[in-house]
Amino acid sequence: MTATPPATLDQAISGGRLVRRRRHAVVVGALVALLLLAAALTLCVGNTVYTPDQVLRAVLGERVPGASFTVVRLRLPRMLVGALAGIAFGLAGVLFQTMLGNVLASPDVIGISAGSSAAAVIGIALLGLSGAAVSVLAVAAGLAVALAIFALSAGGTGGSRLLLIGIGVGAMLQSVISYVLTRANVTEASEALRWLTGSLNGATLERVPPLALTVAVLAPIVLLLGRRLTILQLGDDAAAGLGVSPRRTRALLVAVAVGLLAVATATTGPIAFVAFLAGPIATRLLRGAGSPLAASALVGAALVLVADLGGANLFEARFPVGVITGAAGAPYLLWLLARTNRSGGSL
Amino acid sequence: MTKDRALEVQQVTLAYQDRVVVSDLSLVVPAGRVSVIVGANASGKSTLLRAMARLLAPRSGRVLLDGRIIGDMPTREVATVLGLLPQSPQAPEGIAVADLVGRGRYPHQGWVRRWSAADDAAVAEALAATDTGDLADRPVDQLSGGQRQRVWIAMALAQRTDVLLLDEPTTFLDVAHQVEVLDLLTDLNRDRGTTIVVVLHDLNLAARYADHLFAMKDGRLVAQGDPRAVVTEELVAEVFGMSARVIPDPVSGTPLVLPIGRHHAG
Repeated sequence: MTATPPATLDQAISGGRLVRRRRHAVVVGALVALLLLAAALTLCVGNTVYTPDQVLRAVLGERVPGASFTVVRLRLPRMLVGALAGIAFGLAGVLFQTMLGNVLASPDVIGISAGSSAAAVIGIALLGLSGAAVSVLAVAAGLAVALAIFALSAGGTGGSRLLLIGIGVGAMLQSVISYVLTRANVTEASEALRWLTGSLNGATLERVPPLALTVAVLAPIVLLLGRRLTILQLGDDAAAGLGVSPRRTRALLVAVAVGLLAVATATTGPIAFVAFLAGPIATRLLRGAGSPLAASALVGAALVLVADLGGANLFEARFPVGVITGAAGAPYLLWLLARTNRSGGSL
Repeated sequence: MTKDRALEVQQVTLAYQDRVVVSDLSLVVPAGRVSVIVGANASGKSTLLRAMARLLAPRSGRVLLDGRIIGDMPTREVATVLGLLPQSPQAPEGIAVADLVGRGRYPHQGWVRRWSAADDAAVAEALAATDTGDLADRPVDQLSGGQRQRVWIAMALAQRTDVLLLDEPTTFLDVAHQVEVLDLLTDLNRDRGTTIVVVLHDLNLAARYADHLFAMKDGRLVAQGDPRAVVTEELVAEVFGMSARVIPDPVSGTPLVLPIGRHHAG
């Protein structure tokens, strides 16, 4: 006790910390590179392939026959919306999963995405809304559902109660969506359905600024709250003992996460399982080295762009991005559910 | 060395929703000593500890830290003075021991993330004190129960508070590790002067390690003081509703409680 620790222990600890910090930097760096590559491919590859040089000149405003329209009007907004929505989905997912200490507590599993979707479908199919009005409705509904789930599970301990209530609420909202779709006329229903699949097809440059603004404001807040989140992970009592108010921190984190999620959902539709997959993938890559937040945002963005590239180019028919992420995510969810029975299933 | 802090509970009533758990309880924690709270299940001892750690706001009465109402102080300021090890803290999956212990430094760091050499030193010292230095880079979820409890105590040590509250830190540990944890807390008290308050189940270990004992029953303080004076056959009967013999512990001279039970009476 009185013995001051040997200098070697001091060095070993800062050495170990440095190793983990370096691994974090390497993983984040590699993900940035992957994201840039996917973004570049999204701009270059499609029905017509343009060279990076043509793409660059077109993006910088030079008139390049063909490329100016295809790249700037079609592919650039697709890439920007995809990357930004992916960042938003990835961050929202990992926030919920970390905060509730359970991989299954992703907003697309516990009904929050379903809330935004139901509101948007009602807006599109029954009220004939579009654009910003749908976004506002989706954000409000997402927040309302989050509040309802938290209120219903208040007083319970741990995340499992919240998880079950969320899954129940999600199922209820899915039936609302189905009901609305059967009531709507064919054009509106198919419009709503296309949106529900999660797609970048409707991406235009006009849709970029609201999403970009949301991410630009909320993502830094998430990173700032990141340290409090790591304290909250130790459990409510331990967090309070370290000077982090669990309730206030959680309320703040939920508001930020739902904001990100709902604005992205309103823009692209609920791209299946991106919020659910980004955190676990980032965590596996980092293996305990530092915060998973930045890495999850990058994984989310890369997932959306890669899945969209695959959906657009790998098959004879063009599939919307949500079909690809759904096909990839569903087996993982099943595997996780099967595994959770045996081990706790924390992130 | 640490500073002596005045931690005081004045006429506190504690309740969860409508259920009153502790009523009109007052006590003064002896500064620079090891205090142990004992009592039967549901006697309110953990609830009392949570209120002392500002985790539970009293229905009435107040908890004072250095004369200030603890619930009114900035929670982060309290965290630099008073540490808490709750009953079942959770370790995030895959986290390395050194990183977990490092989280104890949170109250000492600013808004902008700044990890300093002082933080490294505090973590190293906490690991050395709990003899977990060679586990520093291991994931916490691969440790044994005893090792894990030492790591959690190391986190509380890294917080470097003058007062440390622990809620049943020996639960789920075998007897050797229980003794090890209590020895560690005694070291901490003797070497640094840290004021320690522990909730314990085991009356014999409590009698052996406490400088000052608080005995609770049904949300009230039934007795307090030096265990040698407090732990009697009458008290055990009152607090635990159990007949017992109390003899001097041949190892430490403190009271040793021998439960009688139904089959060995007479």
